[in-house]
Amino acid sequence: MLKRLLTSREALLVGAIVLLLALIASRFPAFITPANLANVFNDTSPLILLAIGQMIVILTKCIDLSVAANLALTGMVVSMVNVAAPDLPILVILAIAVGLGTLLGMINGVLVWKLAIPPIVVTLGTMTIFRGIIFVISDGKWVNSHEMSAAFKAFPRTVLLGLPVLGWIAILAVILFTIVMTRTTLGRAFYAAGGNPHAATYAGINVGKTQFWAFTISGALAGLTGYLWVSRFAVSYVDIAGGFELDVVAACVIGGVSIMGGIGTVAGALLGALFLGIIKNALPVVDISPFWQMAISGGAIIIAVALNAQANRKKGRIILKRAEQVS
Amino acid sequence: MLKDPDTRPSADGMADEVAVLALEGITKTFPGVKALSNVSLRLFPGKVTALIGENGAGKSTVVKILTGIYQPDGGHVCVNGQPTRFPAPQAAADHGVTAIHQETVLFDELSVAENIFLGHAPRGAFGLIDRKAMAAQSSDILGSIGARIDPGHKLKDLGIANKHLVAIARALSIDARVVIMDEPTAALSHKEIEELYELVESLKAQGKAVLFISHKFDEIFRIADNYTVFRDGQLIGEGAIADVTEADLVKMMVGRDVSQIFPARDSDPGETVLRVTGYSHPTEFEDIGFDLRTGEILGFYGLVGAGRSEFMQALFGITKPSAGRVEVDGKTVQIKSPADAVETGIVYVPEDRGSQGAILDLPIFQNVTLPSLGRLSARGFLKLAQEFELAREYTERLDLRAASLDTHVGNLSGGNQQKVVIAKWLATRPKVIILDEPTKGVDIGSKAAVHAFMAELAAQGLAVIMVSSEIPEVLGMSDRVIVMREGRIAAELSKPDLTPETLVRHAAGIEGPTPC
Repeated sequence: MLKRLLTSREALLVGAIVLLLALIASRFPAFITPANLANVFNDTSPLILLAIGQMIVILTKCIDLSVAANLALTGMVVSMVNVAAPDLPILVILAIAVGLGTLLGMINGVLVWKLAIPPIVVTLGTMTIFRGIIFVISDGKWVNSHEMSAAFKAFPRTVLLGLPVLGWIAILAVILFTIVMTRTTLGRAFYAAGGNPHAATYAGINVGKTQFWAFTISGALAGLTGYLWVSRFAVSYVDIAGGFELDVVAACVIGGVSIMGGIGTVAGALLGALFLGIIKNALPVVDISPFWQMAISGGAIIIAVALNAQANRKKGRIILKRAEQVS
Repeated sequence: MLKDPDTRPSADGMADEVAVLALEGITKTFPGVKALSNVSLRLFPGKVTALIGENGAGKSTVVKILTGIYQPDGGHVCVNGQPTRFPAPQAAADHGVTAIHQETVLFDELSVAENIFLGHAPRGAFGLIDRKAMAAQSSDILGSIGARIDPGHKLKDLGIANKHLVAIARALSIDARVVIMDEPTAALSHKEIEELYELVESLKAQGKAVLFISHKFDEIFRIADNYTVFRDGQLIGEGAIADVTEADLVKMMVGRDVSQIFPARDSDPGETVLRVTGYSHPTEFEDIGFDLRTGEILGFYGLVGAGRSEFMQALFGITKPSAGRVEVDGKTVQIKSPADAVETGIVYVPEDRGSQGAILDLPIFQNVTLPSLGRLSARGFLKLAQEFELAREYTERLDLRAASLDTHVGNLSGGNQQKVVIAKWLATRPKVIILDEPTKGVDIGSKAAVHAFMAELAAQGLAVIMVSSEIPEVLGMSDRVIVMREGRIAAELSKPDLTPETLVRHAAGIEGPTPC
């Protein structure tokens, strides 16, 4: 039991992150002060939120490339709502963001479920459509800091117990979805539908519907992140978070989520996102050109996938009784 | 048996002729298991050799060595008596060895001609593929084996039998001298099997050596000239098929007498638990109706493609019927999805459930409880303690041994994976269990275990529907048999009328003397 815990993907990743932090600290000790680590975590929170949704989608053998575009569209809509009605309470803004994000996720889900279109095609299409809609509703104009209300901008930055609300929301999402994935029938269905769709169907699980719920959750989290993103950076325009969907997929892959479906945990998605977040935040302070950042992230992805491929390689049939009892 | 090659009788010519392809003293070890231990196998031109053995006897390892996929640890592969090595599959192909697998390894999106000539297509100007010549040569080869297939058709448009013919045509196009057929009839209908036999005869006539791997004794006796029996990776016996009986071969295979193949049961059906009336589907089946009682085993026999599995899938809610009614315990039920079916107490164990039925990346207990989660949860939240208890109860009942119920199913042996799948269905506490081809591709020893288990289920009061294409199994296990033909019920037979002849006659639609 202990041995399995220590050799799990998540434990390996924790080890890698600790090693990474030690390496950075040897050149720049201030990086690992609690305040800075809280800062890094806060900075990585949007990635964590999206990676949780993406992890669930990938678990069901799908992929959601539209998350960043969903984030940008939802962000633009709530920004414009804020400009039009500055007195609207933040709770309503949050409801609009989550509601709209959920709706956009459902569109992906319905197309995958009812029309059986491959998820990569569906979300590539909706990604482009969402970005196009932002352009149409905003005329390509920016919503700038001075147009947003103070309350709108303050919400994600309010510091509670040393961590901004943005960071707390990521922590809440991690807890909530850990419970969903391990304690609910829906969570179990995600694993079953991706692990063996054929067997899941005969066990009474509607695989298409399960995938629909995965896209819905991914969309809801993207919508939520959309508001948090535009309010934190106090700006909204067509291209925000451009290409961010690839970081999200990368975080999942580094976190041990199998691209073939059926394997992955919330903790893995969290750790994968943190790994990327730490690299992104540390490179400038240790005097490595940010241009190297992409190369280093890319290297991390390939190493992670190679390690997972090694771990997943078929060990062959276990025929000996002795061998089976050990495993 | 006839273990020593020198004492082999020469009456059939085996000892005199030089084998076109032979294995001598082959040993192959995998980590932790010796798959083959000093085995020999000899294939002669114009002769069909049947390779017989239970699952795990080493048959597929032999095929992989013959085709260059595995390298032996000891011993030789001999071509025309000369020791040779097949370092890669291409080397085996160059020596004229070709294998036709259970699932033919061909390309669905390519044309028949392209499939036949992939890798060695006739070349024209500038080294481009000469499509005309390719089509013409394809027609010639297909014609020579009596196949009426347009070489221009895409492979995906052909049926399984025709795909086999294309595979054989491909083998002939590379001038194969040895054709290995690995359970070629497993997915074929009665008529297609007959055609395959004719083809094997014509391959023999052309002087090809054929290695025929099969579980079915009737076809071994029908077409094989020689036999080779493996057990536990060792050569147990070989010789001419004319010198042995079915009982001899079975004894060699299992190392014991299999006198009682089917468990004796006292069938005592109780109340009617399932009643189906007028069940129809626009394209697949029509007007299916029957009663099923507790403790009864109802066989569904028919040729492949008679609509049996299609009907079962509709009954289980996977596809939608156009008309018909289902009653469980006298109450009409609406089954719109597999979840509904499980809820009403009907479970369906599909074909090919060995590894297909389990989710390898999930732990044992989660696999076992998967179809029962509705019962094990409240408002979507799992009752983990109850879930674990249910899994423990059913894995213990099936005597499943594993380090812990947290063990991932992928880490279990095949036999234990199968137990997980069975535990999964029993844990739903079903009233009706549908078993689709429960022993297809299963060796004799395991078959007996499956049959005993089926008998036990019926004895416990479960109603069992068994879809099977194997006549001995249908006769040996069923209380009643429904024969389907072309999507309709052709006959319902019970004990006195239940003979191999009546089954085949109704399934094939042959008009004959009716017993009544």
